[in-house]
Amino acid sequence: MNIVACIKQVPNTDSTIRLKPDGSGIVETGIEWVMNPYDEFGVEEALRMKEKLGGEVTIVSLGPARAITAIRTALAMGADRAIYINDPVFDGVDAYMTATALAAVIKTIPCDIVFCGQRAIDDDSGQVGAILAALLDIPQVTVATKVDVEGNFIKVVRPVEGAELLIESPLPCVVTAHKGLNEPRFASLPGIMKARNKPVEVKDAAMLGVSMDVKAEVIGTMPPLARPPGKIISGDDIATKAKELAKLLREEAKVI
Amino acid sequence: MAKGVWIITEQRYGTFRKITFELASTARKLADELGEDACAILLGSGIEGIAGELGKYGVDKVYVADQPIFDPYTTDAHAAAIVQLVKEHEPSILFLGASSQGKDLSAHLVGRLETGMATDCTHVKVVDGRLRAIRPMYAGKCFGEVAINAFPQMASLRPNVFPVVKSARETVIVKFDPGIGPDQLKTRILEVRKITNGKADLTEANIVVSGGRGMKGPENYAILEDLAEILGATVGASRAAVDAGWRPEADQVGQTGKVVSPNLYIACGISGATQHLAGMGTSKCIVAINKDPDAQIFTAADYGIVDDLFKVVPELTKEIKALIS
Repeated sequence: MNIVACIKQVPNTDSTIRLKPDGSGIVETGIEWVMNPYDEFGVEEALRMKEKLGGEVTIVSLGPARAITAIRTALAMGADRAIYINDPVFDGVDAYMTATALAAVIKTIPCDIVFCGQRAIDDDSGQVGAILAALLDIPQVTVATKVDVEGNFIKVVRPVEGAELLIESPLPCVVTAHKGLNEPRFASLPGIMKARNKPVEVKDAAMLGVSMDVKAEVIGTMPPLARPPGKIISGDDIATKAKELAKLLREEAKVI
Repeated sequence: MAKGVWIITEQRYGTFRKITFELASTARKLADELGEDACAILLGSGIEGIAGELGKYGVDKVYVADQPIFDPYTTDAHAAAIVQLVKEHEPSILFLGASSQGKDLSAHLVGRLETGMATDCTHVKVVDGRLRAIRPMYAGKCFGEVAINAFPQMASLRPNVFPVVKSARETVIVKFDPGIGPDQLKTRILEVRKITNGKADLTEANIVVSGGRGMKGPENYAILEDLAEILGATVGASRAAVDAGWRPEADQVGQTGKVVSPNLYIACGISGATQHLAGMGTSKCIVAINKDPDAQIFTAADYGIVDDLFKVVPELTKEIKALIS
């Protein structure tokens, strides 16, 4: 199996996000950067697949200079090599352009299955995996919680509202990973040592032969609207407080 | 020239899902501002009869393909049919729901139609004849305003956020046959395992009662189930509770779980980490019950009770029962 896992580096979930005063994005200093957790499920699944069926795991990532640490993490977990799309022209591009660049790389390497996270927790866009499938003209199965390879097919469990679907897809295909797919391993010390010598091929836009074609642009960012301060319900005892809350929900908020 | 505000409807078992009416109402509003038509695409099997309902929510014209190939939903069949129609009619704006199906389909369409999309929007408007979409980013820690410089300008709308507005309109129903054969379907649905607990999915529930670390153990969720029963609510959980193995992953609300936007969200024993607030911050009314007065959840709450949830919740259940019965 030739397995590709796409990863993105993102601020960890505890990071405080501060906006640049001109609304052009976030202040990057002071942020702890990690591999997107959903991508980590994809990398882990790729590694398990390789361990079971043999083959090679290639990490493909688009990002600025700092993103190399996320790539090294994936290699330390056990991936074999990486292709790192690093070019300032790609800074802050949309999902379509990101997928275009990833597709340009993936088209050049043997590939039976592509894993992506079902969404990245920074822009929360959740588009790249499916756009990639469309651009590569291969099937997609998104938001997977279980993946089994059977010959030239995979069977994937996908949760939807009120049901769980069992979907079969021929290979090659794109699978986007969801929480519950697996429990990602930690990079071991020997793994970290070995990762230093694993090949990382760096590509820029010219090498990929892609031209800039951004379709969606974030033209401004703003802090969330502050909620009006809430009411802390006081009272002599719990029964009084509960009664007051029930009344407020009924008469003031009109939600019950 | 691209014209018209279009929506991709969502139905299951021949019944429109609420998000469809939210999409239709929003499309109507923007279509009026632009002086254009609001159109819908309806795909499914045995669904032709429901097409007319869309007029009640302001849709001028519905394109209907009522064929077995569209049931159950597959990315391949739906995308193929929609791409055909969109290429033929060139709508200016195309809305989908940010539901499971909508997310899968919309992102694929972005690739096929070579356009851009704003995902999971909480507000949309027209500025100088073009779509502007507002959406949470970084788990709701900030919001971005997105402009799309290609057509159709796509946006997926967060369920339960956009109002449903009735409007009496006669809908023109246009049947079409996209001519999609089974050989065009690459993926196959082998099995649909319905989760039949009789509750609405978290993302669709009007009321959510959630428990966190403060629940202390899985057995204690019974008091939340009791409250949920009275309210017709669905029970959710924080990441802490899911990671502890008290509740299944499907119940998790937050940045790495489900995003919910109910009318009422009752957080019990939840500290209110950013990761959790990301998943429920757009709820219309938030109640926090926590014995720690400094818990961050109180900064997001409309109403709070600082006390022992094990005493407050049963009492609240009793009071609400008395009030609504």
